[in-house]
Amino acid sequence: MTAVSATPPLIDVSHVSFGYGGPAVLADVSCTVVPGQFTGIVGPSGSGKTTLLKLLLGTQKPQHGQVRRAAGMAVSYVPQLETVNWNFPVTVEDCVLMSRKARTWNPRPSKAERSEVAEVLERLGIADLGHRHIRELSGGQQQRMFLARALVRRPQLLLLDEPTSGVDVQTRHEVLHLLDDLNRDGLAIVLTTHDLNGMAAHLPHLIALSRRIIASGPPEEVIVPGVVEQVFGARMEILQHLGMPVVVDSMDDDPARRASAS
Amino acid sequence: MNGIVETLLDPFQYQFFVKGLVAAVLAGALCGLIGVFITLRGMSYIGHGLSHAIFGGYAAAPLLGIPIVLGAGLWGLASALAINAVTRRHRIGADAAIGVVTTASFALGVALLTKFGNKGPAFDSLLFGSINGVALGDLYLLGGVFIGTVVVFTVLYRQLLFSTFDPDVARVSGVNVGFMDTILMIVLSMSILATLSIIGVTLVAATLVIPPVIARMITDSFARMLWLATSIGLACGAVGMYLSYQLEIPSGTTIVLTNAAVFLVVLLVKGARGLRSTAGMDEHTDASVTSFEVPAVRA
Repeated sequence: MTAVSATPPLIDVSHVSFGYGGPAVLADVSCTVVPGQFTGIVGPSGSGKTTLLKLLLGTQKPQHGQVRRAAGMAVSYVPQLETVNWNFPVTVEDCVLMSRKARTWNPRPSKAERSEVAEVLERLGIADLGHRHIRELSGGQQQRMFLARALVRRPQLLLLDEPTSGVDVQTRHEVLHLLDDLNRDGLAIVLTTHDLNGMAAHLPHLIALSRRIIASGPPEEVIVPGVVEQVFGARMEILQHLGMPVVVDSMDDDPARRASAS
Repeated sequence: MNGIVETLLDPFQYQFFVKGLVAAVLAGALCGLIGVFITLRGMSYIGHGLSHAIFGGYAAAPLLGIPIVLGAGLWGLASALAINAVTRRHRIGADAAIGVVTTASFALGVALLTKFGNKGPAFDSLLFGSINGVALGDLYLLGGVFIGTVVVFTVLYRQLLFSTFDPDVARVSGVNVGFMDTILMIVLSMSILATLSIIGVTLVAATLVIPPVIARMITDSFARMLWLATSIGLACGAVGMYLSYQLEIPSGTTIVLTNAAVFLVVLLVKGARGLRSTAGMDEHTDASVTSFEVPAVRA
């Protein structure tokens, strides 16, 4: 990590506070995103992780503190699947092309553009789906299409909002492997997740968020009882399995929850 | 046989009919084209409101001694930009605000026309459209707005599409989404202004909605949907105007009924599956419609 941290950061967040008019959603948050980084922002809903993502994206401005971004940096964003209307009349190719800036007045894609799209689809293993309507894709394929749309802009930083929420186990594995591959090629990745076992434990670096940054570092330092309890507000047991932390919801400790579960 | 053909071709000898027909064709095509964006963005209520707002401008302009097109145009533009601002700032409650402003403007128009009489176009022709009194100037206006719309949609094609499909990601990807929204509102208000005397205040919304819905039932491609909706609007405009002359019914009415008839035919041919493909149109912001079950990964 020392080699990457020597390079200037892509984004530098320093002492940022943010609120939507009410109490602060984020308080005194500082972190950096450097080239080649792969970070998961962990926390339950309401922890401020989506807000932090928006600050990194630049769609929200901090009320206090500063977010500095490297000049000319290209950022791509992959939203949650349910944020778009999948009945919208576009094919996979149309959708990926959207984020490719038009260079001429001709709305038809040029040959070069089409081959660029084909290349990205190939890379993501959905080369044969270019002419399909987006509704015909499975959840995993839709996720790949969003990734293709993000990658066709050749970003230095990729931000993803809960990339595995609502998808099945196999899709989650596929997405994780893909992101890992992209990261190995030098792409910096920051994603949000509330899934500790399925997602966070597999990432090289985590930020545990609950309004403030509670902890940051590799999973074995962040997914520990004290941090998890503070972030999720519930007592959880943490086991080790194949060198990775596994969080177990220790329901038996809580008589009220045990009663409601039965 | 000759008699039938003569009867069928009879209206074409009248210049007012030919002008009306050209106007209806242009109006139908224009509404069909812009309607694609309007329906996919869930803006047809805005279209409906805007036509009512512009009606107020139509009524007020002659009384103030301003040319109708200029007065109604500025009025429409101001309403469009105001609606745009309201919708962007307050997502919830925008419907109510639009409803209040546009119906008030409509009511003002009715009051002014009733009180001060017909200095401008006739009352019912503004409400339901009319074949009569299409002046050469109206045709120029229609033609100009149509060409302008095609140019805007061609040059900004990808940005408009992106900001319609996924505004959040479009914004992050460098598309000026606010500018796209404003451009669409301007194009919409100009289109309504230009088509108002042919189709009428109360029926414009239908010509904005029906052709794109039919087109959506036929195709899954956005580019094809633009062509199809334009063509359907154009054809229904022509047929509707012809029927208007033959049946002596206001032209807006016959144009909308023709659209509805085509919709029914396509619905019968395509069945419920076609209709399902329109789900999410004009309900873009409604989570109950846009949310979906993630399909199982195919083996």
